[in-house]
Amino acid sequence: MAANSTHEKYKSDGSLPGHLLEWVDARFPATALWRDHLSEYYAPKNFNFWYFFGSLALLVLVIQIVTGIFLVMHFKPDASLNANGVPVAFASVEYIMRDVPWGWLIRYLHSTGASAFFIVVYLHMFRGLLYGSYRKPRELIWLFGIGIFLALMAEAFFGYLLPWGQMSFWGAQVIVNLFSAIPLIGPDLSIWIRGDFVVGDATLNRFFSFHVIAVPLVLVGLVAAHVLALHEVGSNNPDGVEIKKHKDTNGIPLDGIPFHPYYTVKDIVGVIVFLMAFSAVLFFAPEGGGYFLEYNNFYPADPLKTPPHIAPVWYFTPYYSILRAVVWNFFGLDAKFWGVVGMGAAVLIFAFLPWLDRSPVKSIRYRGPIFKTLLSIFVVVFLVLGYFGTQPPSKAGEIISQLCSLYYFGFFLTMPWWSRMDKFKPEPDRVTMK
Amino acid sequence: MKKILVALLFAPLLAFASSTAHLDKWPGSVSDKAALQNGAKYFVNYCLNCHGASYMRYSKLMELGLTEQQVRDNLMFTAEKIGEPMRVAARSEEQKTWFGAAPPDLSVIARARASEAGSGADWLYTYLRSFYRDDKRPTGWNNVVFENVGMPHILQELQGVQVRDAEHKLQLAVPGKQLPEEFDKTVSDLVGFLVWMAEPQQEFRQRLGVGVLIFLGILFVLAYALKKEYWKDVH
Repeated sequence: MAANSTHEKYKSDGSLPGHLLEWVDARFPATALWRDHLSEYYAPKNFNFWYFFGSLALLVLVIQIVTGIFLVMHFKPDASLNANGVPVAFASVEYIMRDVPWGWLIRYLHSTGASAFFIVVYLHMFRGLLYGSYRKPRELIWLFGIGIFLALMAEAFFGYLLPWGQMSFWGAQVIVNLFSAIPLIGPDLSIWIRGDFVVGDATLNRFFSFHVIAVPLVLVGLVAAHVLALHEVGSNNPDGVEIKKHKDTNGIPLDGIPFHPYYTVKDIVGVIVFLMAFSAVLFFAPEGGGYFLEYNNFYPADPLKTPPHIAPVWYFTPYYSILRAVVWNFFGLDAKFWGVVGMGAAVLIFAFLPWLDRSPVKSIRYRGPIFKTLLSIFVVVFLVLGYFGTQPPSKAGEIISQLCSLYYFGFFLTMPWWSRMDKFKPEPDRVTMK
Repeated sequence: MKKILVALLFAPLLAFASSTAHLDKWPGSVSDKAALQNGAKYFVNYCLNCHGASYMRYSKLMELGLTEQQVRDNLMFTAEKIGEPMRVAARSEEQKTWFGAAPPDLSVIARARASEAGSGADWLYTYLRSFYRDDKRPTGWNNVVFENVGMPHILQELQGVQVRDAEHKLQLAVPGKQLPEEFDKTVSDLVGFLVWMAEPQQEFRQRLGVGVLIFLGILFVLAYALKKEYWKDVH
């Protein structure tokens, strides 16, 4: 009958919706998709707190896209001055805040969502470190994830220019100028990126285009690849053991439970707790103490007035610290160039984790004191770097950032050795419910 | 071991506890409607001659509990229509010649002036009370929290003239129309208006937030019960 070979599985139950579904299933894998990814996707039953952040990242992505659609309806990417001498882009943000019905809510959802995105993604990545989620056979999931992280950073960077405040302007100026440190092509490259000799209207327009079209497309594509790869190999779990080793007679993992309804109802709880924290910021401290919306960004961009202290938004500050920590010229190339290299390497080095980690067990539960100590210090180092990235340059900050950068890279580069040396506990055969 | 690591984890937070210049705490509140109306009056009479508030429409002032007629009669001097923004009468190029810089738009100044040292309100409250005589400046005025400021002491007739003594303390040399306590109240009201104007819906935002959190709290109880029900067979 139908060309779809799996069609036989989806017989109508005789009702009208059943017939309709059968008709669709013969032409599109609706039921197949539902089963493969939700009702018959078997996830380990022992997920803990750390496993909420994947679905929360997806939630924030949806929040950003939906609020973004409405913001684009009212925002004007225009750096020229209006009749009152204020840049049109800056004024249009205040127009959204004041004159658009519920505009303030949509804008705060979007601005708080940007920071929330990085919080959940950083925690989601940290989960990977805790339980060795990047280890074989999940290397590609991890690489798609790194791609998502890079796209997210690009998205945040482009988006931050749009309100056209002082920090938007000077932050973009500093970052685009970094490209001019590249030998030979650098100066021309940075002009090409800006489309002007300084950050200007051309820059604002192209960043707007990247922010609302190009990067979101890449981001959504990578998220789809990330989830598809995950569902192909199956989820890791806090014990770091494979649930597919023990299956029942139907081929269902003994320690697996269908994602729907078990994890959908569990994730709803996570979503509500997350939304409570999110709302607490959004409704009572939308500026996030000056970290989510920087105070200086309430001044319109002024190309003639350099702020005394230019700091990126908090989620970039660990990398910004590494950039500033490199103060030496090597091989006749400017320190700034090596700072850019260091900053890029600090992000990309995460991609090599699947091959740097040689531990015989995946999960921190069965790894020894070396890993626990080094990972804890790594977290502290990351936070210290983040802190100094928010601060004006200082000698003490520079030395501490240099030491922290050294540790940061040392942690990864010596991992092939120390990850093997630890004292390990035997892994259980089956997952444990702690 | 675990305790030391946890202590290490929180060590960076201690570094956030530092602060810089001292600012007086703004004593007012944005929920005091009478104070905001008083502040609006001072804003229109003293500030709006040079500074605009171009994201702010006159009609929005009705949210302070005023009727359209009251706004028209008492607060609208340069505009024709109630929906017009609070534009400045002077032109910015001329002002640039007079003061060296165009006076900034004040719509969101209370948010822009926030820093680690204090809220934007604290800064404004301190700033507007910290002008002193300085003959070295072209305007004859200087300011403790905004050194070499371009703006003259516009509230001089109210506050009087302050001078800076040998110990760098401000002293009132010539009294103004208002007693020091009255003047502090005036500035507090004016700052209150600036804070309100920076985000006119801020009180509604917080009220809505309470409602949203209560709603989510109820939803949490239901969702948690649902999860428990589904998971009771998973061991």
